[in-house]
Amino acid sequence: MYSHASESLIKQAREIQESELQKFYSRLMKMLQGKDLGHDTVDSLQRLHLILSATKYTRTLPLELQKRFVALLSSPAEQHQVLSAAVLRETLPLTGQELNYYQDNLGQLNSHAAGLLLSQAVSKGDLSSLCTQLLRNLESRPSEGPTHSLMHTLPVLNNVLTHSPECLSEDQMTLVSKKLVDWLRYASVMQGVGTSSGGFFTGPRSRQPVPIAELDGSVSGDFFTVLCVGQGFTEDQWMNVYSFSMLRHWLLTYHSSCSTVDAANRLQLSLSVSHSHSFSNDDRSEVDGSVVSMVSATSSSSRLLPPKERLREKAFQYCQRLIEQSDRKAHKKTDTELQKACLVEAVCILDCVCVEDASLVYRTFPCIKALFGRLSSELSYARVLLPIAQFYLNHGAHTQQRVLAAATSLERKTGSREMAAVDCENVWKVVFGRFPTELFNDPFLAHELLRFLRLNLESIELRVPQYTRYFPNLLKFLAWDSPAMVDDFVDLLPSMVTTGTAVELLHTLLDLPCLSATLVLQHRSTCLPISEPVGRSFVSLDAFRNPSFRGLFLFVLRTEAGSGDTIDRLSTLHELLVEAADWPRVTQCARTVPVLLHVFFNTIVTIADEKLLAHLILVMLERSSLLLNIPAYIKEIHRVFSCHLLRLCKLHPSLVVNQSHELLEFAGSTANVYSKEELYTHVVWVLGEYLSVSCDSRCSVSLITSCFEALEAVLFEITSSAPPTGSVCPAPKVINTLMSALAKLASRSHDLIPRVSLFLSKLRTVTRSGSVAWCSDEEDLVAIVTRGEELWSLLKAPGVAQSVLTPPPHVIAPQWHRDTNVALPLQLRALTSLTHSQ
Amino acid sequence: MVRCFLIHTVCPVSALSAGESRVLYSRVFGPDDGVLSERHRELSPEERRLLQKEMVTAVARQVRSAVSLSREASGRLIVETMPGEENLALQDADCGVVRLRAGDPFSEETSALWLGVQSLGFTLVCEPHENLLLAEGTLRNMTRHCLEHLHMLGQGSEVLLKSNRIDVLLSRLLPHGQLLFLNHRFAQSLEKEVAAYMAK
Repeated sequence: MYSHASESLIKQAREIQESELQKFYSRLMKMLQGKDLGHDTVDSLQRLHLILSATKYTRTLPLELQKRFVALLSSPAEQHQVLSAAVLRETLPLTGQELNYYQDNLGQLNSHAAGLLLSQAVSKGDLSSLCTQLLRNLESRPSEGPTHSLMHTLPVLNNVLTHSPECLSEDQMTLVSKKLVDWLRYASVMQGVGTSSGGFFTGPRSRQPVPIAELDGSVSGDFFTVLCVGQGFTEDQWMNVYSFSMLRHWLLTYHSSCSTVDAANRLQLSLSVSHSHSFSNDDRSEVDGSVVSMVSATSSSSRLLPPKERLREKAFQYCQRLIEQSDRKAHKKTDTELQKACLVEAVCILDCVCVEDASLVYRTFPCIKALFGRLSSELSYARVLLPIAQFYLNHGAHTQQRVLAAATSLERKTGSREMAAVDCENVWKVVFGRFPTELFNDPFLAHELLRFLRLNLESIELRVPQYTRYFPNLLKFLAWDSPAMVDDFVDLLPSMVTTGTAVELLHTLLDLPCLSATLVLQHRSTCLPISEPVGRSFVSLDAFRNPSFRGLFLFVLRTEAGSGDTIDRLSTLHELLVEAADWPRVTQCARTVPVLLHVFFNTIVTIADEKLLAHLILVMLERSSLLLNIPAYIKEIHRVFSCHLLRLCKLHPSLVVNQSHELLEFAGSTANVYSKEELYTHVVWVLGEYLSVSCDSRCSVSLITSCFEALEAVLFEITSSAPPTGSVCPAPKVINTLMSALAKLASRSHDLIPRVSLFLSKLRTVTRSGSVAWCSDEEDLVAIVTRGEELWSLLKAPGVAQSVLTPPPHVIAPQWHRDTNVALPLQLRALTSLTHSQ
Repeated sequence: MVRCFLIHTVCPVSALSAGESRVLYSRVFGPDDGVLSERHRELSPEERRLLQKEMVTAVARQVRSAVSLSREASGRLIVETMPGEENLALQDADCGVVRLRAGDPFSEETSALWLGVQSLGFTLVCEPHENLLLAEGTLRNMTRHCLEHLHMLGQGSEVLLKSNRIDVLLSRLLPHGQLLFLNHRFAQSLEKEVAAYMAK
C-alpha cells in the first residue's frame, strides 16, 4: 500500500531545487500555450500539484503561469478544471484583477472553480458576494443552464452558511426557502431518461414517461423523495436530493429564532391543517406552478403560510413520508443502510421543527411513538433510536401536556398521561439499559450515545434522574474501548458522582480492568461455541462459563447500580482474571482509571459530607491491597489515593481523628511499608500532622500515645533488620516521615520525648559504622541521620519543638500584609504624619 | 458538513518519528478555519496555509494513534490483500471515531470518522450535528472508490500522482463537504460519470 517509492516521491517534491523548478515552470508554460493539452501536460500538472502540496511552505507561481491556470479553470475538459483548481488551491489566494475575473464569470463557473473560490475566500465580504452570485443563478429558470449547473449551488451555499450564516439577507433566505419547498415537495414524479437506455430495440414505447418507484420495486404513489428510484433522474429530482441533504442544517441555521407574535396564528393553522383531510387544489408549487402529485395523504392549506413556516410544513411532510418509506424492504443492502440514515435525519428534522413550533409536537408524536414501537427491539436500528430518544427528551413532557389537553374524559386523561410516561421510561430502558449491555463494542454507537449524553446532560439530569443508576452499564463503553472513550467520560463522570452512588462508583472504577476483561470473555464466549477447541485456552474463559462463578461475573456485568457497593469474593475474581493482566484491552483500560479517579475525587469533595468522605477513606485503605494484579496499575492507583487522601485530610483535618483506628491499623503494619510505600508514607504524614487537639478536640493523649507506639514499632522494625526477601530497602522518605511523625506526636505529649530521643541517639550510634542492612545508599543514610539529629536537638526544647512541629494556623498561613492595622503603607502614613506634625 | 477528508499512513514510516503520520491526500472544504475567526485574523495567507496543513497533520496523528490502539486491543492480524480484492480489504478494515475537542485542532468540536485499511487511514472530519450514519456510509463508499481507481492495494504511487481522481470522486460523492442521501440508483449514475472520467 504505502511504498518506498511514494516516500521518495514526497522527498523529491520537497527537495526540488529552485533552478529546476523554474525550468519546470517554463516548460509547463510552453505546454499550456499549445492548443491541445495532451497526456504529458496532464501528467506535468499533476506533478506540479505534488510539488506544491508536499510542503507546508508556500511556493509562488510566476504570475503568467497562474493566469494560465485561472483560464484553464473554465476549460470544457473536467480534468483540466480539476487540476487547475487543485494547483491554485495550493498557491496563495488570488487578489485584485484575477478575483474580479472570477466574479464576473461566476455564472459560467463550474463546481471545481466555485470550490476554489470558496476555499480562498479571505473575508465575510467575499462569502457574501459569492452567495449573491449563486442565488442569482438559482433565480434564473433551470432550463436555461446546462444540466448539473445548479447542482453545486446548494452545497456551496450550505458550506458558506456553516462559516458565516449572516451572509444571507432576509430576502435571500426567503428565496432559498421557497426554492427548497419546490424541490423537496414538487420534484417530478416521472423517471428521468436513463443514460443507459437506447440500443437497437428501444422503440418509441420506452420513451413513454414511467413513474418513479419505491425501494421495494412498487410504483410510487406519492411525491418524490431520496428513497425513490428510477432508471434515470431529472434535474429537479437531483435537486431534491441536494435539498434534503442540506435541509436540517438550513433549519438549524435560520429557523432557531421564532417570534411569539404569530405563534397563535400558527397554532390555528396547524390545527386546521391537522384536521383537514380534503385534497385541496392549492397544494402545488408556488414558484413555477407546475402540476404535482395529488395523491399525497397529508394535503394542506400551506400556501397561506409565510415561506419559513411553509418550508417547515413541507419538511414535516417529507420526513413523515421518509419514515413511511423506510418500512419498505429494500432490494439492495446499501439502500437498507440509506433508509436508516434517512430515519436518523427525518427524526432529527422533526425534532428541529417541533422545537421551533411546539404546536407540531402533537402531530409528530404518534409517528415517533410508532417508529419507536417498530424499532425498539431491533438492535440494528440502535443508532436511529438515539434521535428518537432526543425527541422524547425534548418533547416528552410537552407531549404529556398536549395529550392531556386533547383528552376529553377523565379516564382518557389519566390513561394517556401514564402512557406517555411509560413510553419515556421504555426509551431510557433501551438507551441506557440495552444498548451498553449488548452494543458496548460498537464504536459509532458508543460515540453517539456518549455525545448525546454530553450535549443533553442538564436536561437528562432533570428529566431522567434514574440516569445515574445506569453507570455500571455505561462504563462498559469505557472498559471496552478506553482510549476512544476516556475523553467523553472525563466530561460525563462528574454527573454520575452523587452522594448515593459515590462508594459503589469508586469500587466500580477500581475494578474497571476486571470489567474490561469480563467483556473480552463475554465477547469470546459468544463468538466461540463451547465445544470448539480454542487455539489458546483461557483459564478465565472456563471460569466465566463455570456456574459456581456466575454470580461474580454477573455482578461485574450488572446494568444498574444499587445491588451493593461491591462483592465479598473480590479477591477470587481477581485470581480468576489474573491472566488478563497483560491483555492489551485490559492494560489500556487500566491506564485510564487513574485519570477518572482524579475526576471522581475532584467532584466528590464538592458534594460529599464528612461522613461520606470518611467512608471513602476506608474504601481507599481497604482497596489498596485489593486490586487486579497489574503492577503498574497498582502503583498508579496508590499514587492517586495518596494524593487525594492528603487533599481530603487537608480539607477536613478532623477526618484523621475520626478514622484514626483504621489509619493506625494501616500504618502499624510493617508489610505496608514495602508493598505500598507511597500510600504508607502519606498515611503516616497525615497522622503526624493532623492527630492533634488543634484539629479535633476529641484527640486524647491516649490516642496520641497509641499512634506513637504503633509508628515507633514499625520504625524500629524496619531500621533494625534487612528488608524481607523480594523487597527493596525502604526509601529514606518513609523513614524520614516516620521520624518526623514521631517527633510531632511527642511535641504534643511531652512524656514521649525521651522515647524519641533514645531512638534517635541509637540511630546515630548504629549508623556510625558506615553501612546498615536497611539502607543501601550512603548518601541516603547521611540524610536520614542528619534529619534525626535535627529533630533530636529540636526536641531538647519542648516549647520550641511544639511551635515548630505543630505551628498554629496563623503562623502557617500568615496574613499580616492583609491586616490594615499592621500593613506597611499604614505604618508609613502614621510615621509621616508624626514627622510632619513636629 | 464535512470539514475535511484525508488519506494518511497509520503504519511506521522510516523518515518520521514514531506516532507521526504521513498525509498523502487532504482536502479541506470551504474557507479555512482561520479566515473568519477572530483568533487568526491577523495571520498572513502563508501562515494560514501553514496552520491549515498543521491542523490536518494533527488530525492524522490523532487518528493514527486511535488506529494502532484499536488494533492492539482487538489483536486481529492484518490480512494483506492484493489489487482486485478491494471489497475484501474494506470488509476487513478497522473503523472508529475520534472526538476532536474544540480548539484541538478546529475551533469547534468535531468527530473524525476513520477507516483503517492495512497501512492507510481514510478519515472524514464531521461537524457536530452531522448524520454520522450517513457519513460512515459515505466514507466507506469513498474509500472503496479510492482503492479501486487509484489501485491503492498495489505498490504504485497513484495516490500522489493521480490525486485529481480523488478530487473528482469527492466532487461527486461529497461535493464541497456536503454529505448526500444517495440511493443505489443515484450512486450508479454518479459512478458512471466517475468511470467516464477515469477512462480518459
